[in-house]
Amino acid sequence: MGAYHEFAKGIIKENPVLRLLLGFCPTLAVTTTAINGIGMGLATMFVLLGSNIVISLIARFIPDKVRIPSYIVVIATFVTIVDLLIQAFSPELNKALGIFIPLIVVNCIILGRAEAYASKNSLAFSILDALGMGCGFTLALLILASIREILGNGTIFGISLFADAFPPILVFVLPPGAFLTLGVMIAGVVALEKKMGATK
Amino acid sequence: MKTVLLVVISAIFVNNVVFARFLGICPYVGVSKRVSTSAGMGMAVTFVMTLATAITYILHYLVLEPFHIEFMQTVIFILVIASLVQVVELVLKKVSRPLYSALGIYLPLITTNCAILGVAILSIQMKYSFFLALLFAFCSALGFTLAIVIFAGIREKLDEADIPGPFRNVPISFVTAAILAMAFMGFSGLVK
Repeated sequence: MGAYHEFAKGIIKENPVLRLLLGFCPTLAVTTTAINGIGMGLATMFVLLGSNIVISLIARFIPDKVRIPSYIVVIATFVTIVDLLIQAFSPELNKALGIFIPLIVVNCIILGRAEAYASKNSLAFSILDALGMGCGFTLALLILASIREILGNGTIFGISLFADAFPPILVFVLPPGAFLTLGVMIAGVVALEKKMGATK
Repeated sequence: MKTVLLVVISAIFVNNVVFARFLGICPYVGVSKRVSTSAGMGMAVTFVMTLATAITYILHYLVLEPFHIEFMQTVIFILVIASLVQVVELVLKKVSRPLYSALGIYLPLITTNCAILGVAILSIQMKYSFFLALLFAFCSALGFTLAIVIFAGIREKLDEADIPGPFRNVPISFVTAAILAMAFMGFSGLVK
């Protein structure tokens, strides 16, 4: 129960984007196509995993007063690693995500998990927590990006869906579409939760 | 003169940090319940953003580039911003009590405002001169202030509206932001 719960809670019950309402900037900015959404999700998951591992190992040696700057240095190091890896292996993704790769460092999900979870829990649980949260984040991004790509571009993962039968609604790949889709998604999760609470 | 004007208009309206670049969404949603607090947040952001861009710009061209350690950019910049926020807080506390009581509570929130780091990195990427970089940072911050103040004005009214249950609070904020972003799209094409 324990280990499974630590992993699964990040996916739905405490989904970082839809429930904890964290990390909006990358969520809105990069979700123009499903590929970009997954790319961003995995990059963030990697940083989250790395920082959770390191922080859960070193947390008890760090004086309380300097813990936030120390966490930020750890996180920034992993962001730099991810940044260089993406630059080396996938120039396209690098171009699409652009400035939001270095900005993973100020993604509040990562610092939030470091402070609220990894610094207080064992290594194994911190790894599970990072994987769960990372999956939850990737899932939220993937759903948002798929909706936007299907409606705004008529494609999914670059594959055309409707040919000419359904003209794409361009606004969904533009900034207003991002805000609108995410707003409706969060409302949907709230409504779903209410309904499930009522049937219980 | 023409470039100056272009940078100003582009940073405030066309490429507004919130609506076009998606930077600083967290404070935008979090601290926009009242017009007065939003204006305070806007001022604090303007102050720190301009200062942070100046310092990171100098560091980039005098330290990172001569030593070929540009890959350290993320680490160095975020450390500079985090410590800058602390220093600004200490100095304000000592020098100007009224300014501190006006901006003080917003300062700790600014470290994790991605708009600050984002604008600092963008002004390096765009290869602006020092003066243009400062102007870009200042105007981006003005754009942020404009966005958050308009939004807070709408949200004050929304408090009294009868909103369908699930949409209350955050979701309706995003729908509002979508409509505002659409309004700001009217500026696109103004500057190429």
